[in-house]
Amino acid sequence: MNKIGQAISEIQSLETLSKEDRWVNRLHPLSKLFLTVFYIAVTVSFPKYDLSGLLVMALYPAAVFLVSELSFKDALRRLRVVLPLVAAVGILNPFFDREVVLTIGSVQVWGGVLSMLTLMIKAVLTVLSGYLLIATTPIEKICYALRIIHIPKVFVVVVLLIYRYVTVLLQEARRITQAYALRAPGQKGVHYKVWGSLLGQMLLRSMDRANDLYDSMLLRGFDGEFHTGAKEKLKPSDFLWPVLWGAIIILLRLFPVAELLGGLFL
Amino acid sequence: MHMADALVNPVVAGTMYAASAGAAGVSIFKVRQEDNQKKIPLMGIMGAFVFAAQMINFTIPGTGSSGHLCGGMMLSALLGPWAGFLTMIGVLLIQCLFFADGGLLALGCNIWNMAFYGCFVGALVIWRLIMKNGASRVKIILASVIGCVLTLQMGAFSVTIETMLSGVTELPLKTFAAAMQPIHLAIGLVEGLITAAVLLFVYEARPELLWGVGKTQKEAKLSFGWTLGILGILTVLVGGVLSLAASSLPDGLEWAIGRVTGSEELAAAETGIYAAAEKVQSTTSFLPDYAFKGSDSAAGTTVSGIVGALIVVAVMIAAALLFRFFRGRKRKKAGMQ
Repeated sequence: MNKIGQAISEIQSLETLSKEDRWVNRLHPLSKLFLTVFYIAVTVSFPKYDLSGLLVMALYPAAVFLVSELSFKDALRRLRVVLPLVAAVGILNPFFDREVVLTIGSVQVWGGVLSMLTLMIKAVLTVLSGYLLIATTPIEKICYALRIIHIPKVFVVVVLLIYRYVTVLLQEARRITQAYALRAPGQKGVHYKVWGSLLGQMLLRSMDRANDLYDSMLLRGFDGEFHTGAKEKLKPSDFLWPVLWGAIIILLRLFPVAELLGGLFL
Repeated sequence: MHMADALVNPVVAGTMYAASAGAAGVSIFKVRQEDNQKKIPLMGIMGAFVFAAQMINFTIPGTGSSGHLCGGMMLSALLGPWAGFLTMIGVLLIQCLFFADGGLLALGCNIWNMAFYGCFVGALVIWRLIMKNGASRVKIILASVIGCVLTLQMGAFSVTIETMLSGVTELPLKTFAAAMQPIHLAIGLVEGLITAAVLLFVYEARPELLWGVGKTQKEAKLSFGWTLGILGILTVLVGGVLSLAASSLPDGLEWAIGRVTGSEELAAAETGIYAAAEKVQSTTSFLPDYAFKGSDSAAGTTVSGIVGALIVVAVMIAAALLFRFFRGRKRKKAGMQ
C-alpha cells in the first residue's frame, strides 16, 4: 500500500476504534484531554538521568491499554515517525557526555547513554499516551472539549472541516497519483514540468468544492455556530478517573517509587 | 521539522504555546473582522488540501530524492496570513493527533516553527512586499523561493534553540545548527520551487484568488524555465563559488591594513574593551571568519557563504521594514499638521 493509502486506512481505523462502545471511550473528552496533556508534561519533566523514575511512568499507558483492550502493536507502529527523529537528536549524547553516572557491577555507564535512553523512553511514553487519547475519543468530542475551554468556534469548526475533508482529498490525491503513475511508469515521483499543473488542478477543484460545501452548509442552516447535539453530562467517573491518575502521576514524579520498591527486595 | 514531545521540556513548551496562542488570538480577531462566512469552509478544505498535497512526492531533477509542498506559504498566498495561520494550526493538530507527527505538548513549538514563520514572515512580509505593485511570474517565483528558504531557516533555527533550551541533547549549539541549517536550506529551495509552480498555475488560471496582490503590472518577459535557471545559477555562484574565492582573497579593509602594517589583521590588544569585545564575539559568532569553527574546509566556507547570504537578506528586510515604519510615522505626522 502506498503512503496515501496507508494514511487513509490509519484515519479510518482510528475513527472506528474511537467510536466503539468501551468504558474508556465513554469517559468525558475533557477529562481525557486534560489527563493526557498533564501526563505528557510530567513525563517530559523528568531529569535526563532519571531512568528508573521514567520507567515507572509506563504505569499509566499500561493500565489504559489493559482497560481499553486496544492493540499495543498498532500503537507501536506510530513510533516509526517519532523514534528516528528523536534518535537522531539523542544518538550523539554518549559522545559528548562521558561522565560516569552509574556503575552496574563492573560496567560503568556514561551520562550520555542514560540521557539517550531517557529521551527514547520519553518519546515512546508520550506517543503511546497520545494514541490512547485519539483511539478512545472521536475528533468531534475533542473539538467539543476544546469549545468547553473556550477555544474560539472559528478555529474549532475549521479543525472539524479539515478532518472531514482530509479523507476525501487524500482519496483524490491517490486517484491523481495513480493516474499519473500509470501514464509515467517507472517514475519515482511527479516530474518537475507538471508540478504546477498537477497540484494546481487539484487546488482549483478543492476551491470549487469549498464553494459547493458552503452552499450546502447554508442550505442546512449554517450560521457560524458550532453545534454538537446533546450536551455531555459529567459523570462521577469523569472526575474520579483524572483525579486518581493525576494523584498517582504526581506521586510517581515526586517520590523515587522504583528505588523504594527495589529497596524492599534488596 | 515536526518536534516530538520528548524534545521539549514543559517550560519551553508552555512558553511556545503562549506565543503561538497570542498569534492565533490576533488571527482570530482579524478573521472575524473580515466577517466572511464563506472563508470558513474554504479554510477547512484548503487545510485538507495541504495535508493531502504534502503526501505527494515530487521528483527533484538530477537527484534521486523528492520534495513536498510548503503549506504555510501557499495557504497564506491564497487565504491571507491570518486565515492561513489558523488553517495551518488545524493541519498541525490533525497531524499530531492522527499520525503522531509532532506531539501534543510540542504543538505550540510546531505552530511557531512552521506556521508562524511561514504565514507571517513568508506571506505577510515577503509575499506582500514583493506583490505590492502587482504580480508577475518572476515575482511569484522570487517570493515563494525567498519566503520558503528564509522561513525554513528560521524554523530550523528555532527547533535548534528550543531543543537546546529543553536540555535534551548534549550537542553544542553550533554543531546542532550547522547540521540543521544546510539541510533546511536545500529543503527550502525545493519547497519554494514546488510552491511557486502551484501559485504560478493559479496565477495563470484564476489570478483573482491570490492574496495581497496590488494593481496589475505588465507581465515580465521571462519564462518559468529561464527564471528557474537564473535563480539556481545565482544561488550557486553567490553562495558557493564566490565565497570560496572570497575566503582566499583579502577584502578591501584587510588589504588596506596589510599595506599599512605588513599584516592583514591588526595585532590584538590584550587588555581593555577590545579584549572584552573580542571575547564576546568569539563566544557568540556562529560561523567565525565565515567557516565552521575549527574547520578550514571548502565545504565549511561554502555553507557559510549561503548562510551569510540569508542573514544579509534577513537584515535587509528588517532594515526595509524599519524604514517603512519610520516613513509611515513621518507621513502620519505631516498629515496631522
